[in-house]
Amino acid sequence: MSSRKSKSNNVIHAEYLSQVQRILQVQYKHLIELLKRTAIYGESNSVLIIGPRGSGKTMLINHALKELMEVEEVSENVLQVHLNGLLQINDKIALKEITRQLNLENVVGDKVFGSFAENLSFLLEALKKGDRSSSCPVIFILDEFDLFTHHKNQTLLYNLFDISQSAQTPLAVIGLTCRLDILELLEKRVKSRFSHRQIHLMNSFGFPQYLKIFKEQLSLPAEFPDKLFSEKWNENVQCLMEDRSVREVLQKHFNVSKNLRSLHMLLMLALNRVTASHPFMTAADLMEANQLCSMDSKANIVHGLSVLEICLIIAMKHLNDIYEEEPFNFQMVYNEFQKFVQRKAHSVYNFEKPVVMKAAFFYAQQLPACLQEMDAGQFPPQMATCIHLQVLKWRGGIILIQIFLTS
Amino acid sequence: MACYSTRLRTRQTYSWVGKPLLNPKLHYHSYKEMSVKIEGGLTEIHIQVGQFVLIEGDDDENPYVAKLVELFEDDSEPHSKKRARVQWFIRFCEVPVSKRHLLGRKPAAQEIFWYDYPACNSNINAETIIGRVQVVALGPDEVIPMDLKNEETLFVKLSWNEKTFRPLSSELFAEFDKLRECSPRCQKPVGAKTKAVRSPSWTRAEHDIKRIESRHSTSKSRPTPSHPATPRAKKRLELSALKTPQKTGEIHSSCARNDKKASPDCQRILRTRVPALNTMEIIEERTLKPIYRGWPSSVVPSVILTPKNIKKREAEEPEAQDETTSTSHRIRRKSSFLTLNRIRQQLRFLGNSISNQEEDEFLPAAEISDSSSEEEETSTPPLRGRTSSRVSRDPSSSMKSSLQTPSKTPKKTPKPHTPRHATPQIRSRNLAAQEPASVLEEARLRLHVSAVPESLPCREQEFQNIYNFVESKLLDHTGGCMYISGVPGTGKTATVHEVIRCLQQAAKANDVPPFQYIEVNGMKLTEPHQVYVQILQKLTGQKATANHAAELLAKRFLTQRSSQETTVLLVDELDLLWTQKQDVMYNLFDWPTHKEARLVVLTIANTMDLPERIMMNRVSSRLGLTRMSFQPYTHSQLQQILISRLKNIKAFEDDAIQLVARKVAALSGDARRCLDICRRATEICEFSCRKPDSPGLVTIAHLLQAVDEMFSSSYITAIKNSSVLEQSFLRAILAEFRRSGLEEATFQQVYSQHVALCRMEGLPYPTMSETMAVCSNLGSCHLLLVEPSRNDLLLRVRLNVSQDDVLYALKE
Repeated sequence: MSSRKSKSNNVIHAEYLSQVQRILQVQYKHLIELLKRTAIYGESNSVLIIGPRGSGKTMLINHALKELMEVEEVSENVLQVHLNGLLQINDKIALKEITRQLNLENVVGDKVFGSFAENLSFLLEALKKGDRSSSCPVIFILDEFDLFTHHKNQTLLYNLFDISQSAQTPLAVIGLTCRLDILELLEKRVKSRFSHRQIHLMNSFGFPQYLKIFKEQLSLPAEFPDKLFSEKWNENVQCLMEDRSVREVLQKHFNVSKNLRSLHMLLMLALNRVTASHPFMTAADLMEANQLCSMDSKANIVHGLSVLEICLIIAMKHLNDIYEEEPFNFQMVYNEFQKFVQRKAHSVYNFEKPVVMKAAFFYAQQLPACLQEMDAGQFPPQMATCIHLQVLKWRGGIILIQIFLTS
Repeated sequence: MACYSTRLRTRQTYSWVGKPLLNPKLHYHSYKEMSVKIEGGLTEIHIQVGQFVLIEGDDDENPYVAKLVELFEDDSEPHSKKRARVQWFIRFCEVPVSKRHLLGRKPAAQEIFWYDYPACNSNINAETIIGRVQVVALGPDEVIPMDLKNEETLFVKLSWNEKTFRPLSSELFAEFDKLRECSPRCQKPVGAKTKAVRSPSWTRAEHDIKRIESRHSTSKSRPTPSHPATPRAKKRLELSALKTPQKTGEIHSSCARNDKKASPDCQRILRTRVPALNTMEIIEERTLKPIYRGWPSSVVPSVILTPKNIKKREAEEPEAQDETTSTSHRIRRKSSFLTLNRIRQQLRFLGNSISNQEEDEFLPAAEISDSSSEEEETSTPPLRGRTSSRVSRDPSSSMKSSLQTPSKTPKKTPKPHTPRHATPQIRSRNLAAQEPASVLEEARLRLHVSAVPESLPCREQEFQNIYNFVESKLLDHTGGCMYISGVPGTGKTATVHEVIRCLQQAAKANDVPPFQYIEVNGMKLTEPHQVYVQILQKLTGQKATANHAAELLAKRFLTQRSSQETTVLLVDELDLLWTQKQDVMYNLFDWPTHKEARLVVLTIANTMDLPERIMMNRVSSRLGLTRMSFQPYTHSQLQQILISRLKNIKAFEDDAIQLVARKVAALSGDARRCLDICRRATEICEFSCRKPDSPGLVTIAHLLQAVDEMFSSSYITAIKNSSVLEQSFLRAILAEFRRSGLEEATFQQVYSQHVALCRMEGLPYPTMSETMAVCSNLGSCHLLLVEPSRNDLLLRVRLNVSQDDVLYALKE
């Protein structure tokens, strides 16, 4: 059964590829035409693909390149260079990577890996040599394009765009970025050389389409070997889609984010519950997965606190309300705690001061946000380590609290 | 006389003879024999492996000589699948001038040398083979027969490995020996110095030479015109091939200065020593009565005479060769039979008289030759000897000539050394780029920014000003600076290029003195001081570090030079040459003020007030006041540009052109933008009307769509398409801003607003983690500006879009 599960996971991936064409039809057509013109006519182009994270930018370009490379005469002709702003953090590294990917280092042996200046002039010379009709077109794919704009003088971008605007080796420069204000990051002479083509991917689908995607993701394809099972499974998926609680879960998920990647995450968690004894996904699985997904990390921290610690937090909350987010020290918290114990006089045991301090100290240490600012050796009461605390919400008996220590 | 014209434009068909032998290791078919058939003719020549062949080269009278080692078919080669592997021989005239003295004697007219240089490309296109030739090996103490009746026979006595001449090694000789059927004397190759035979005897001594193969084949393969990139045989040592050994002394000194100055006499003399090429008719005559030529019975050599290392050598041939383009070389075809004879006689006469002086002059020549070969390397820009489809057999040029004592055994496998100053190149495409088919495609091609228009409309005035400025400086033999400014896309660089192009034409017509043009771009430098390196390299071809280059340039420009030629220097993106001390700019503007420099500097930058803003007084004062500013194009100018580009093509409605011109003029006046929009509009037009026969005109609607795509802000669509929680978070931010009256809020404040909003709208309660995720999502799109590396309640949040835009987007 586990193999079956992994198969259906593979299917998810393949299905998604085909969705690219359907959901992003217009953008896809634009991109593939552009690439084809570069590959076949040797026309230089530059384009930016802009969209929030998880909107399918990389998927789009990969899919387009895959289709392009299936055309035989194109695949022999086109060179690809993939760069990533997170890896090529400056032009020097980027240039080396380009030379490597273009296989130019073979040409002159040890010469390529000379100084930065030599590299640049070498590469420019190489690209300048070509012309529209005879040179092999090169497709540059710059992932995390916005990071390239932070390079010094934007030399790389200037030169790439400049070549794409002059009669040299045909280039297609494709930038992928999630920043909507990307054009403002370009220097004006770089901007002028950029063709201003932008392909926006915006997750512009509504909830009905989201449901359809959900169904398609889970359905097994017709070519699945076990016909009987696949029929049953697909029926089950259809039932799930019509189930009210499932719809609620999905609607909630959809409200938070339209990102298809987060939908995959949810489905993956639910799918992991499918076993041999439990062969079909149920609404309960999905709900549990949703709970895992949307768990509030802050609330989780509060769940495991002792009575004393909760009392301390409440004391801090009072202080916070009184002094309006002014910082306070341990002595103040302790006094507040004392008051609390005396006023109510119920089951809370009046702990010794050192015990209280220890509790406060450990609690503070448990919170990861505090750790960076804490110095364990300097926590005596007189040190006035300020505890900044905010009580966020009182709901259903659970106190959601976050503590910040600022030294 | 055995000559044949390679000029004949006959096509030859090359075909394999016999069955292919599959080479199991190398996965290709090899053949034993090849036949060459001339189209329309009757002759058919069979060439077998092991025979000696002539191979088409640059110099028609001196085709290359080689021994066929292998014939095979290689499918990976784009143009010619028929390949041949050869062992090269080299003619004396192909030996670099600087190294000719190493021979230490006068070469005989028909002497060739075994070319023992593994780095040389031995894989050639089989269709460059012209025909067969006869090669005879001689022992070290044998004398080369002079004025043999048979011009076709060539003699091998020594081998040349780019460093030294040495006698043929014993293995080699043994191979030749096997081929020799009727030789009374058995030559033992002794490691005797070549000096022993230095004094050439000009008598016609009869020798027992072995003749291997002698039928000459027809002319060469002429590539069909439909294949522009069909390779031709080419040798690299063309330059040196132009000099005669007799004149080495003189030529060395002259070529040290300028390689091209080799006197035409030398070239003519040179050609003489070559078995010449004849017309077709003569060949056929010969084949009819071979005895007239005194040919021996044709003995087909069965032994391959290459050393064993040839296989290794093949393996070592860098694959990079496949990636280079094959540029077709025009082959000079001048074979005049009569002059050949005359010149040959002259050569012999010269050879006798000069041979004594020659030796004295060899040593100084050797010293010069180093520097001259250096210059030769740097001044020859095209890639040499790297194309596999081109026949090249020259070794790396960076080999230093050295006076080594000849060693008996040749080096086994030296590493293939690539030329030091090779220019890299993106490999050429296998399939030719398609030409535009429809009107729209044609229009798109012309609208591409890279398309160079015949004229530059709307910049006539600026063109004239710059032209006059440079021309006057050229005519006066003085220098000067000019500063050109203007926003991007207003044609600054294009105008200057046009000026230079016109001036270069004028210089050709002798209207203005000749000048040297250099262009540097600040953006194409990694660092301002690199500009010196670039200028120096483009000026002289030297390479130096930045500091050294600055010194050399200063010396060049500040001291009196003998041969004065004005230099025009274009510095693009000047503002990037700014340094703390401004020394780069200072130098660039200081040099022209010197009388000797004869330097005209044209500088281009975007900002009009650059000299005032960033330059020190002493720099801006040297820049002078010759300034020019390119105004952004007005709408009528843009319209004119578009119309001139779309001349004779009816692809756009007139109104559409006017619309785009007005739109762009209102925004930036950037011509690039204008062209890009039009290009996009043609695409949209093509998409929208799918009828293939009627492409239709680009209408206003198409253009408006293109303009929208390029200029519309994506923020509003992004907000419209964001998820429910993201939208409500944006609302919460607006509410918080309104409440506090500030343009910034902490996450905590926004969160409380957000919770309240969600409650009002009946949405489920948003948890902290969810809201934080929503916030960081919006932050990564830069709809919000959030503090980096902070994920807590005190995270400060600002809007990156105007509040009105957000309200507008959320309303719908």
